[in-house]
Amino acid sequence: MKKLAAIAFLLTAMGCFILSCQSSEDIEFKRHYAGGMLLYQTHCQNCHGKNGEGLSALIPPLTDTNYISKNRHKLACFVQNGANGIINVSGKFYEGSMPPSGLSPIEIAKVLTYVGNSFGNKTGLINLNQVQKDLKECK
Amino acid sequence: MKKLTGLLLPVLMIAACTSNHTGKTLPIYGEREPVTKALNSQQVTDTVYHTIPAFKFINQFGDSITDKSLNGKIYVADFFFTSCPSICPIMHRNMLNVYNAFKDEKDINIISFSIDPKHDSVAVLKKYADGLGISGNSWWLLQGDKMATYDLSKSFLVTTPKEDEKEKFIHDGYFILIDKQKRIRGSYDGTNEEQVKQLIEDIKTLKAEPAETAK
Repeated sequence: MKKLAAIAFLLTAMGCFILSCQSSEDIEFKRHYAGGMLLYQTHCQNCHGKNGEGLSALIPPLTDTNYISKNRHKLACFVQNGANGIINVSGKFYEGSMPPSGLSPIEIAKVLTYVGNSFGNKTGLINLNQVQKDLKECK
Repeated sequence: MKKLTGLLLPVLMIAACTSNHTGKTLPIYGEREPVTKALNSQQVTDTVYHTIPAFKFINQFGDSITDKSLNGKIYVADFFFTSCPSICPIMHRNMLNVYNAFKDEKDINIISFSIDPKHDSVAVLKKYADGLGISGNSWWLLQGDKMATYDLSKSFLVTTPKEDEKEKFIHDGYFILIDKQKRIRGSYDGTNEEQVKQLIEDIKTLKAEPAETAK
């Protein structure tokens, strides 16, 4: 009986181990997404809105999935350094300036994972490596 | 008699503060004082309420706007600046709901005072208004003398704006509801969607209030 319990325990433990291995990327994604949501609320939501809707013709929305996926490697620079000048989103021109966020690269990865997978966007995980690579290309 | 008034006054003040939320009238905010005057050889005591004093500003169309421009109107006031990176966008996202609810009603106005008149010229305010998508004369974006703006903010019982190195200006995001007698009837956190919904309801309540005879 004791043997059986030990085997069962071992099997369960192995099962958990394998399962967690398989979904480690999933877990990383969820961790980024959840953390990113909080960062979004404190650093982005005032301007870009609860649902990424932006504000009239003053602040661009984050719901243009085409724009987000096409420019996914530029987003880290926008978040880190802010943005100035005219930007074309969803066929509309927005003029103004976005202030630098003051977020660290890992925080940028989290917030981009959140934005990139909310409001209709589906970019998947944007991790620290990716962000660090993108930040080197900032103009 | 004096003793009696001394006793009555706090009771009345407490009653004024508490009795209103369920009823049909809104509270009246600010300092108040009883004024006794002779009327038809009788002593009559009246209450003088805190009111918004005279002011003079320019709106986004370059028109001069004074307190008299708002005579006979209910209005909502706030303080903002167009380059504000923090709470202003969410305030004006919410204010747009107020604007859309009442833009066709001639006796309801919105006025937003710029606390950064140096940057927020008439042209900048017009551009901001266009970007926000507002037109007509129901929402005025005002600019004028900076010190006059900061002084006036005190009479709306909001935090006096302050310059700040990081945020440029520190100010609070309250929407202040003013009645036709220029008295403060409500104060709402403009960054809070629920409170702004309440403001829209309160404007309807205020509009339905029976007209008082002129002071």
